Amino acid sequence: MSFQYDERLDGPLPTHDKAALVAELGALLPDLQLLHATEDLRPFECDGLSAYRTTPMMVALPERVEQVQALLKFATARNVPVVARGAGTGLSGGAMPLEKGILLVMARFNRILDIDPEAGTARVQPGVRNLAISQAAAPHGLYYAPDPSSQIACSIGGNVAENAGGVHCLKYGLTVHNILKVEILTIDGERLTLGSEALDSPGFDLLALFTGSEGMLGIVVEVTVKLLTRPQSAKVLLASFDDIGKAGDAVAQIIGAGVIPGGLEMMDNLSIRAAEDFIKAGYPVDAEAILLCELDGAESDVREDCDRVGALLRTAGATDIRIAQDEAERQRFWAGRKNAFPAVGRISPDYYCMDGTIPRRELARVLKGIAELSAEYGLRVANVFHAGDGNMHPLILFDANAPGELDRAEALGARILELCVAVGGSITGEHGVGREKINQMCAQFNSDEITLFHALKAAFDPARLLNPGKNIPTLHRCAEFGSMHVHHGALPFPELERF
Amino acid sequence: MRREFDSMDDSERLVAQVQRSLASRTPLRIRGGDSKAFLGRAVDGEELDTRGHRGIVSYDPTELVVTARAGTPVAELSALLDDAGQMLPCEPPAFGTAATVGGAVASGLSGPRRPWSGSVRDFVLGCRVITGQGKHLRFGGEVMKNVAGYDMSRLLAGSFGCLGVLTEVSLKVLPKPRERRSLSLELNAAEALRELSAWRRAALPVSGACHVDGTLHVRLEGGTGSVASAVDRIGGAGLDTGFWESLREQRLPFFDDPRALWRLSVPNNTPLEALPGAVLIDWAGAQRWLKSDAPAATIRQIAQSAGGHATCFTPLAASEPFHPLAAPLLRFHRQLKQQLDPHGIFNPGRMYADL
Repeated sequence: MSFQYDERLDGPLPTHDKAALVAELGALLPDLQLLHATEDLRPFECDGLSAYRTTPMMVALPERVEQVQALLKFATARNVPVVARGAGTGLSGGAMPLEKGILLVMARFNRILDIDPEAGTARVQPGVRNLAISQAAAPHGLYYAPDPSSQIACSIGGNVAENAGGVHCLKYGLTVHNILKVEILTIDGERLTLGSEALDSPGFDLLALFTGSEGMLGIVVEVTVKLLTRPQSAKVLLASFDDIGKAGDAVAQIIGAGVIPGGLEMMDNLSIRAAEDFIKAGYPVDAEAILLCELDGAESDVREDCDRVGALLRTAGATDIRIAQDEAERQRFWAGRKNAFPAVGRISPDYYCMDGTIPRRELARVLKGIAELSAEYGLRVANVFHAGDGNMHPLILFDANAPGELDRAEALGARILELCVAVGGSITGEHGVGREKINQMCAQFNSDEITLFHALKAAFDPARLLNPGKNIPTLHRCAEFGSMHVHHGALPFPELERF
Repeated sequence: MRREFDSMDDSERLVAQVQRSLASRTPLRIRGGDSKAFLGRAVDGEELDTRGHRGIVSYDPTELVVTARAGTPVAELSALLDDAGQMLPCEPPAFGTAATVGGAVASGLSGPRRPWSGSVRDFVLGCRVITGQGKHLRFGGEVMKNVAGYDMSRLLAGSFGCLGVLTEVSLKVLPKPRERRSLSLELNAAEALRELSAWRRAALPVSGACHVDGTLHVRLEGGTGSVASAVDRIGGAGLDTGFWESLREQRLPFFDDPRALWRLSVPNNTPLEALPGAVLIDWAGAQRWLKSDAPAATIRQIAQSAGGHATCFTPLAASEPFHPLAAPLLRFHRQLKQQLDPHGIFNPGRMYADL
């Protein structure tokens, strides 16, 4: 299976004479940096989904909003597709270029325009890195809550486009819950303000619609985010289990008891061993599963919650419970989890990260299903799990140089996502659909729902020039993919009984 | 103990009515309990009543998600959550006992906890909707994180039924706080905003802050320790917790003033310039209720120059209820309406004349 744009399935794209377009655009915007020589385009061939590469027709690196506006007007007038890109850290190929399109790189918009500690807001350009916002707000005792694991590199514009999450979502929400206002440019160059510095705005909630729309509806040129006061105290508990089902039950009991942890993460034995080998976090390598539970807030509340959670974990059958004794140990506990992906990267030539979400009660069944699929495809799977909010990151281990393994990994990944949909979950919790999960969209949504998505798109970009081929599959693609098509009404999933 | 409520799937009738309306091009006036019918422009259309489509579809407290049919009374949903020690943190106002879950989401109004908890739309996880093509579709779901496709369910929150008929919603719920205390302090409005700002920086567990008639009313929610120390720091007198319901439901004496009621949504640190009438400050400054006879244009100008907007909660012949949209934004609203409701049958004109 290829992730390349396929005009037969994804719809025809306009063809242009590249040299003529470069000349026209150069004349129109002489101070816009435009890359078009093959060797200059190489660094932009892929985003974080690096197994798939397409050389863009050209790359534009604007520095001023007026340049973006003029470029979009040009693209509209000349009917040229445009793919926006932030820092290029996305994991679903959302910024994968098109051979027939302009790649619009927003990374140079990297200025923090204003931090207002009184209002608790920061106004930033889209290329500002996620972590840079929290660093700039730190002197005021404030921070920006969503913390995707790529936060050191990923940009806020991309966070808006993907509705990025992180390990603190259950308590602090996703990007959509932490932004107040975005300035966007539509494909015809119109500047729109969505949201405001107040808590709501008149009209339809276009801010919610644009968040997570994967660059398909408009280009983000400015973002105003909400800043929170840093919690006084944070403690992390590390609990070991001899059975992954017991760890899942413990999560339900913590939440059922009215505790909302700042972070609640689970790792299975394979991930524990990989992480421990890499980071020496002090993880118990014999455990079948560990839970990392972070409690944050006022000091006295955190103490109260630690006692409560400790007792619940013991009742749930934890074989060992440790509380990080100081900040260094807390950082170490987290370092194991935060480096789980590269740690797995050390034990396998390649890995493929999935992003399905499930209702937590289905955890044991889904993990069993994944184990069976793993055996069926002959590929190991390490499980890392945002346990609090049901977001799974199974990592499929494979070797891209071994004939057929990449295809097998993709096929196994597709089966895992379909399993998530079958138990009432979603194919993507935070990484986005992009190009990677375009076929699985046909499993999650029926043709009428996909048709409605295309109608939403048409309200903003009727000529489908913005990021064509991403996020929403054509009905033609779904028909081709039809053998795996599951309609909501047609559940249960035919294979579900096996798990 | 789980209470038993009436439950009935009436979606087939609703879908059939929408399909008939599409065939005959008859506009529909969508209603639940009609408790918010006063808000927005009058709709001339055949009534589509969602109240028969009611009941809880699923609720598992440990998943923090409840799914309810649109016609379920908000009061029933609240009672169900309350029994399980949980709540809808955004506290949607009911304005009477008839309010339905569908209406609460479609109107998108949030209560006193909004600045700290998030709004109604922030808690929407998924929905089912009857579309302008007469299809009954599902978007989002019952999981906390879901970025597959466009976020249709949050778009529908606060859309006043203009883009489709909500038939079912899944909402995130949270445990009720372990400790809750309410206090009142004699302060003028400027002092009140200064104090609130200091408390925000000190991360006090404030979950309600309303200033009216020279008194600041504060609600504190959290663990026993943090609430107790915040009570010590803030001082003041104890306040009956019923205050917050009276505020949410607009039953405080302030709302008896015969002048028109305006809602100004502004940045919380907006300076207190003299508003033309009586003012109640809610949401720690971000929502200001105004009783006034001043012209709509004057009030709107004040709100807009502060970076906010004004909504008229009293039906007035002389004014549009909702704040006018900037021309480019209105154009995209029209295009969105045209795409999702091409025959213009869903609550036409409820928000704006041609939407």
